[in-house]
Amino acid sequence: MAWEPRLIVIACQWCTYQGADLAGSLRYSYPPTVHIIRVPCSGRVEPEFIAEALKKGADGVFIGGCHFGDCHYKEGNYKAIRRFKLFKRLATDLGVEPERIQLEWISGSEGKRFAEAMTEFDAKIRELGPNPLKGGANV
Amino acid sequence: MSKPKLAYYLAGGCGGCDMAVVDISEALVDVAMALDIVFWAPTVADVKYKDLEAMPSGSIDVGLFSGNVRNSEHEHIAKVMRDKCKILIALGICATSGGIKSLVNLHTTEQLLETAYINTYSTDNPDKVFPQTQYVVDNKYELTLPKLMDARTLDQVVKVDYYIGGCPPHHEHVAKAVTALLSGQLPPPGSWITMGKAVCEVCDKNPVLTGKSKEFAKSVKRIYEGTPDPEKCLLEQGYLCLGPVTQGDCGSKCPSVDIPCRGCGGPIPGVKDYGLRAVSAIASMLDNEELVDQIPDPVHLFYRYTLAGSFLGKRLKR
Repeated sequence: MAWEPRLIVIACQWCTYQGADLAGSLRYSYPPTVHIIRVPCSGRVEPEFIAEALKKGADGVFIGGCHFGDCHYKEGNYKAIRRFKLFKRLATDLGVEPERIQLEWISGSEGKRFAEAMTEFDAKIRELGPNPLKGGANV
Repeated sequence: MSKPKLAYYLAGGCGGCDMAVVDISEALVDVAMALDIVFWAPTVADVKYKDLEAMPSGSIDVGLFSGNVRNSEHEHIAKVMRDKCKILIALGICATSGGIKSLVNLHTTEQLLETAYINTYSTDNPDKVFPQTQYVVDNKYELTLPKLMDARTLDQVVKVDYYIGGCPPHHEHVAKAVTALLSGQLPPPGSWITMGKAVCEVCDKNPVLTGKSKEFAKSVKRIYEGTPDPEKCLLEQGYLCLGPVTQGDCGSKCPSVDIPCRGCGGPIPGVKDYGLRAVSAIASMLDNEELVDQIPDPVHLFYRYTLAGSFLGKRLKR
């Protein structure tokens, strides 16, 4: 069977997850390779979550949060971007392709943007190929 | 009842953990009286590998293993120790998480040998002689050396019953662990022997302990830049101290003399990957996201003692 990417999307329940919902209501299509995990806030996303997903063979990890100023908990997304940037630097230094991990702000009204972002992410990962960690990571 | 039997092995370590055990001083006299040391290589007892191998399986009550697993000899003795010991304890940060020496996993063995035997300034090796795993002297004496491998933690090779962090573990911590061991008051198998508090919780610079709130770091400084205010939290001043995620069994020795914690104590309970939790903690204490780019060399900072035990365990492209 041909390789199909497996993408993990960790979505904040107040914005990106609502955006995904809206994309569905508006019948925008996006690739079926996307697997969404709902979290209370992008500030809840530990670097360990991203690492775990990559280690277990996810080909890409996408984190969706609220635009600055919109966070339901005021500063969760500010924490998210600091953690994400630092994790990305660390992971890149260790040889993980930086394109496999992405962070974007998508609000609840941006259903169309959500569908576009998923389509773009899927295309990017297809170009990159399978995650080399699949089956080969240190347990 | 006969005395409990103890075995101690130093693998890919520096002997610092042996020193920490010896440093329990007066308590060691009682401990040594209470224990029968059947194997302690290579530093204390003169017992050979073949003597250890000849002992029956499960005949030793407690085995202490310090240092990481770096070559074929370490791997072999780790398996022998597991077979002979009822309780096997990973002692020190090398055995538990890889230690500072597991940073070798950022390079290949060939790159490391090339540096050590060819490229270093003081090396004179025109014939490019490298150590070999086998060599025959005078056509009759065969000499062997263990084969180098990537550094691994002890639990990546055999099952481990208890973990003790520290580089080396503070001798008071070792004394407590040994006392708990002798009195049978041990936590469930598979746990770390620790009081469970972070360095920050025992640090007298922590503003939270005096009722104040913690401020964000407004800059990122390295230890040689400026002089830290001895009254203030190092993190608030921009010195990246890893105290929030490190076990405080050391009693916060480094921050008390204005040296930021580098995480030798190992992760606080519940943390799988020390470096990633440290990334999370430190990043959320920075004032703005631009400061993230000012942190020099995150791998060596956050994985200084725990690279082998991390989610990747090594650099992927070397």
